[in-house]
Amino acid sequence: MNQFTYKRATSSAEAVREVAGNRNAKFLAGGTNLVDLMKMNVQQPDELVDINRLALKKIERTPAGLRVGALVTNSDVANNQLVRENFPALSEALLAGASPQLRNMATVGGNLLQRTRCYYFMDTTFPCNKRVPGSGCSAIPGFNRIHAIIGASDKCIAVHPSDMAVALAALDAVVNVEGANGARQIPITDFHRLPGDTPNVDTNLRADELIVSVDLPSSAFAKRSGYLKIRDRAQYAFALVSVAAALDIQQGRINAARLALGGVAHKPWRSLDAEKILTGAQANEQTFRAAADAVVKDAVPQKHNAFKIELARRAVVRALTDVANRRAGGAA
Amino acid sequence: MDSDKEREDSCFKGASGESSSTSRPCDHHEDESLLLSEDGEARRRFLKKTLLAGGGLAAANLLLHYQANASAQTRAAANVASTQASASALTIPVTLRVNGRSYPLQLEPSVTLLDALRERVGLTGSKKGCDRGQCGACTVLADGRRINSCLALAAAYEGAEITTVEGLARGDELHPVQAAFIRHDGFQCGYCTPGQIMSAVGLLHEGCPPGMTVRECMSGNICRCGAYNGILAAIEEARGAKA
Repeated sequence: MNQFTYKRATSSAEAVREVAGNRNAKFLAGGTNLVDLMKMNVQQPDELVDINRLALKKIERTPAGLRVGALVTNSDVANNQLVRENFPALSEALLAGASPQLRNMATVGGNLLQRTRCYYFMDTTFPCNKRVPGSGCSAIPGFNRIHAIIGASDKCIAVHPSDMAVALAALDAVVNVEGANGARQIPITDFHRLPGDTPNVDTNLRADELIVSVDLPSSAFAKRSGYLKIRDRAQYAFALVSVAAALDIQQGRINAARLALGGVAHKPWRSLDAEKILTGAQANEQTFRAAADAVVKDAVPQKHNAFKIELARRAVVRALTDVANRRAGGAA
Repeated sequence: MDSDKEREDSCFKGASGESSSTSRPCDHHEDESLLLSEDGEARRRFLKKTLLAGGGLAAANLLLHYQANASAQTRAAANVASTQASASALTIPVTLRVNGRSYPLQLEPSVTLLDALRERVGLTGSKKGCDRGQCGACTVLADGRRINSCLALAAAYEGAEITTVEGLARGDELHPVQAAFIRHDGFQCGYCTPGQIMSAVGLLHEGCPPGMTVRECMSGNICRCGAYNGILAAIEEARGAKA
């Protein structure tokens, strides 16, 4: 790990000022991804601004739903009663991720900003367009079992590793940020980017901007939501494919639906085509299969991950079936 | 306090010439406590001097160990160009609260909590397994919640009450989880064991979310020897006893 200057911020404004004044400075919250990347010299900030003392640790009701502070730990969000009752997919997604120790350290803001676990990205001996623009992508000709099947480019086929972000995408979350130019809101589906020609840029957050909270709007479909994660191990592994599904069902008819996939793309993948098929349809297997087909319609396999296409199809059907079968307002 | 004195007596002092059954340096030895605010380099030189005075085979082995570490530390210190006895421009003062005591240290910001505990405070119970937050051997409690100390920067944990495995027993009285691990054969080589025990203690304090099993709630700790059945049995006993 390189040496760096360590500063503690006592206010959001101070934190933003500090990072705005040094393009090689980064915010430090839980550190579970940043410190790991620094140990491998993938990221080498010369200054860390410790934001752990900022007052961003509350989960509060708002007129529209719930506001979760950016520094709330993954564990605390997952175990929060209001989250479990009103946004069960979020609780399930968080508990499906990492380990208890990591969940106790990791924060909402950091989880959104965590970087891909592509093993070529994490190994500085390999060319990587995300780490060093223009150096090439080692995954495309290499071992790409855990890589993307949707939305990739010829520059990068990495996937976003977060479970939480997939649930947030299905729940229409909005990210509140503060920067040198003031505060703004970023809808979660605009937060993460596709790789295109600039895979080195993961998100649309500006370098000086600090995530302060995430807003979750209440809805009928949010209350009947769930998260399904498929992985090589029963625990403590990233998703091969995951699905966050949310359904508003009345008398067997789907009034509203949200569907987001993890493990398949550079960002949580909302399938608007699938949601159109679901909306207004009967909540049955035929509908779910049609939605699943729509999700993977444009999927493009890499050399080692073609299995993800059929896996994603089946996972979508399973997730929708599970969510349709449960009562609204309770995490599984 | 009586328990403090007992702990002091059982730690390695060196000057008496006795071989010690533990290799844990006294963390409250009179002279050594003065050095806790200096960098690791000066502290190792003190221990080396003490060992030379003491003699004895075990002490000599320990001397080799500390010599190896001292030269590694010297190389590292030379690279960083830090001064020996006083704070350098690259270090910052960090006071850690560990097992109920305060340790004023002078650290580079890049020092992890794990390394600070092991190398500077002298509490080597927490182990370095993967150093990447993947194995759990480094698990400690921060304000009662389990964390991977290898991914924690020491500076960021100033003010937190840290509990390590050394802080569980009360003198000779083992923590119920420690006793259960022994009763249920919860370890073979023992390397993952401090982390397993700390994780189990943390689990009992935090609770396991509804719908998750104890196995799942211990998924952050791996055991290469495969002692999982004993570990689980120990935790079930401790959990039952608590309830």
